[in-house]
This record gives sequence, structure tokens and C-alpha cells, in this order.
Amino acid sequence: MELFVKGRDLVVPGDLLASGDYLLGEGTYKEGENIYANILGLVDTKEQFIKIIPLSGKYVPAPRDLVIGIVEDISFSSWSVDINSPYQGVLGIANATDRFIDINQEDLSKIYNIGDVIVAKVLNVSQSMQVGLTMRDKGLYKLREGRLISISPTKVPRVIGKKGTMVQLLKYMTNCRITVGQNGRIWISGENPNIAIEAIRLIEREAHMHGLTDRVKTFLEEKTQKKVSDIPLIEESGADFNV
Amino acid sequence: MKKKAKTKEKEEEIGLEELVETKEKDVISEEPVKLIVKGKRLDGRGFNELRPIKIEAGVLERADGSAYVEYGDTHALAAVYGPRELHPRHLTEPQQAVLRVKYDMIPFSVGDRKRPGPDRRSIEISKVTREALEPVVFLKHYPKTGIDVFIEIVQADAGTRVAGITAASVALADAGIEMSDLVAACSAGKIDGEVVLDMNGIEDNTGEADVPVALSPKNSKITLLQMDGQLTEDEFEKALKYAVEGCKKVYELQKAALKKKYVAATSATEGNNNQKGSE
Repeated sequence: MELFVKGRDLVVPGDLLASGDYLLGEGTYKEGENIYANILGLVDTKEQFIKIIPLSGKYVPAPRDLVIGIVEDISFSSWSVDINSPYQGVLGIANATDRFIDINQEDLSKIYNIGDVIVAKVLNVSQSMQVGLTMRDKGLYKLREGRLISISPTKVPRVIGKKGTMVQLLKYMTNCRITVGQNGRIWISGENPNIAIEAIRLIEREAHMHGLTDRVKTFLEEKTQKKVSDIPLIEESGADFNV
Repeated sequence: MKKKAKTKEKEEEIGLEELVETKEKDVISEEPVKLIVKGKRLDGRGFNELRPIKIEAGVLERADGSAYVEYGDTHALAAVYGPRELHPRHLTEPQQAVLRVKYDMIPFSVGDRKRPGPDRRSIEISKVTREALEPVVFLKHYPKTGIDVFIEIVQADAGTRVAGITAASVALADAGIEMSDLVAACSAGKIDGEVVLDMNGIEDNTGEADVPVALSPKNSKITLLQMDGQLTEDEFEKALKYAVEGCKKVYELQKAALKKKYVAATSATEGNNNQKGSE
């Protein structure tokens, strides 16, 4: 067991990380006894565990992920949903609503039409990368107003923050309702959407750097004339790298 | 020659002897150019010296990953899109991603305008480039998708395929695609009877052989090896040795370029913060 890098080191594919009995996370691979980096990113290591935090890349769906999708097509008993990923999501009619839908009686486009934006949850991802979506859970609905923006999916954990602190900060300071999809789509609706969007762009740009929370706080305080210390929900130390 | 003779007539001071001399000079200049003078090459490099190499990652806003590479006067730009849904659909592989590479020379990249579009040469180079990159990309991690790599040669001065491979590999890493290693490439060859590294345009056109090599340096695996021209077995061994050493130098530059993209961003904002603090 030997570690050749430190936490938060920037590595490129092929860099030697460690050797021996580590538990391998995202962005690593083993060749013999040696563990190498797989992607460009930052090292994250805790005791036995080693992984790379990616800095770029596409969204790969995983079960239980919250995603924001756009309905692309309607077929006999399901909807095809674009989830900003190489793989298309499928929303089956059984998972579309809480009530029973009779496909002979009802027009599916009345429920979700092409172009509709939905907040959905990934139900399952099959071996052949068929992505099953569901709308049958709390907090899943069709979006009817507001703004939709897209960021790199690798930056989503930074926007959410540790235990959701960053997104709470954004919500409170801008008086917006914000939903962050794991696929990099963010829905914003409320008083100051432009400030929220600017702040999110700041997070996206500087996601890999130290002291992100402080910079976002200063930015929001400047723009909104509110004091972060007035927020009851947020703890003082919002570490931004361990999501 | 006619023109020259006319101008000479006007200037009466020039005698017949001098005219003969200039004629002789013309004959001499048709002899092959010396490519090695006093143990140095025309641009002053030693035999196993690379041209000045510049690599930059993430130069294109709209591509998922990109890189710009210069080997002296050879400039290449690579863009990566994907993994994404593969079109046409029937090409998809159920168990892995499909890597597609397009190598192309921009019409103004060479002296005589190149007719745009794919030709025999660029289709072949696209194929060998794909085969040079495929071994390092974890294609199995992206089933049913396509990864598209576009290489454009902006300016050509020999060694375009190796510059393209170097750029493509940095662009793939920049796109966040899983790879076991980067691929570094450079060429070796033979000029004036000497084995040399990384030939430039004149050396390539008048030289005796060209050996492009692509290498996965982590475990020294060669992913591209071609030879144009003739070399003895010993010369070939030497050329390969030079090229492998060159690839390792390129590899270090590739790594530095990828890291620089993020380190530069860090120091820039730190600078801003300091400014704010002092205000």
C-alpha cells in the first residue's frame, strides 16, 4: 500500500496514483499492483479509497438520479426523453402518473407533449444502457415556467454543495426556486433569475478551486445587498469538495 | 534565362565572362541541397532534436474536448465530440463505443492549394490515426455510443499525422474520456545519409526516409509505426530509438498542457482576489 499522489492533485490519464490494496472509485484502473488515473481530474482519497473527481465529461445516468429531461418523442406506450446524455431516457406509461392510463382512451400528448420539460428520476439503467425514468415520486413534475440552463454535468456536485448548502445559499439569496438535475440542467424560477444564473456560471468556471463558497457568498452579497449571516439554514463552514 | 540576358544587355558594364559565370551558377543550384552542414541541420538542430513544440488544451468553446499543437511550422487542431448517440444508428456496437477519426488538411495548409475534401491520403491517415488511439481509449465503458475526433491540419510542414495524433490524444483527455494513457507521436527519418528526429518540410521532401511513430509511453507500447523510403536494419533501429525518445518528450509536454489549462485558471482568479483585497 503506497500512495504516490496527494488529495486534490491534478492528474492526467496514465498517471500512477498508488499501488496495493485500494478500493477503486471513478476514474481509476488497476494494472497488476499499480493503480492509474483514467481521466483528467483531481485526486480524492480517504483511507483505503481512491477516486478521481472529473473536470469534464458527459452525464452517464445512474439509478435514483434526479434529472431534467425534454420530451423528444411519443410512442405507443412511452415517451422518449432527452436527458443531456449519450443515452436516451424512456418514460413508460406505468411510471408516468399515479393514476391508471388507458392507452386506448387517452391521448398521451395531453399528458406530456413533445418539447415539455420534466423533472424525473432515473429508475433503472439496464446492461444495454436502456434508461428507465419515473415521475411517480415526490418532487417530480412537469415544468411550466422559469428558465432552464445547462452546465457541465461534472460541476453539478459543486452547484449543489455539501449537503445542498450551495443551492440553499443560491435559493435564499436570489429568492428563486432552483432545481438541479444530475445531468447538468438547472431550472430557475423567481425574483432574480439573472443573478442566480451568473452565480451558477461562476461556480461552473471556478469549480476546481479552493474557497469557492466564500467567493460565491461575496458575489451574492454584492449583487443582492443581503447578508449571508442572516440565513438560518447554512452552517458557517461549507466545504465544497466532498459531495 | 532570356529575361536575364535582356537585363544584362542594358547594363553594358557587365561583360560576357560574368554572364557565363551566372549560367554556371544556375547549373550548380540544380544540385541537391545540403541538408546537413557541419553536423547541424538547416534550422540549426542536432540529429536527435525536436522542433519547438507547443501544445494547448481546450482551445475550442463548442467542442467537448480540443487541442492545438505546433511542431515547428506544422500546426494541427483537434476537436472531440462525444461520447454521444451514434449516427447512422446501424454502426453502433452493443458492447462498446465506436471511435471515428477524420484527418483533413485545410486547403491553405500547403503551398499549392489542396483540393478540399477527403482523398486517398487523408482517408488512410484517418484510419491509422484511429488505430493509434483506439488501444488507449476505454471504449467498453461507453457502450452504444460514438466518439468523433476531427483533426484539421492548419499548416503543413512535415509530420502532420504525428502532430494530429498528439493533438487528438490531448483533446480526448480534455473531453473527459477514460483512457489508459495518452498517446504521444513524432517522426524520425534519414537525410543526407544520417538518421534524424522530427524532420521539417525540406528535409521530408528531399530526405531518404520517414518513420512516423506513435507511442503509449506508460508501458512503451507502439500504436503506430510506418516507414516511407529505405533504411537498413541498423538505421531503422536507430530511427525507432530516436522517435521513441522524442515521443517521451512530447508526452511530458502533453501532460503539462492539460494541467496548465486548470492551473492557469486558478492563478488568474487568485490574482483577482488579491486585487479585491487590496482595494
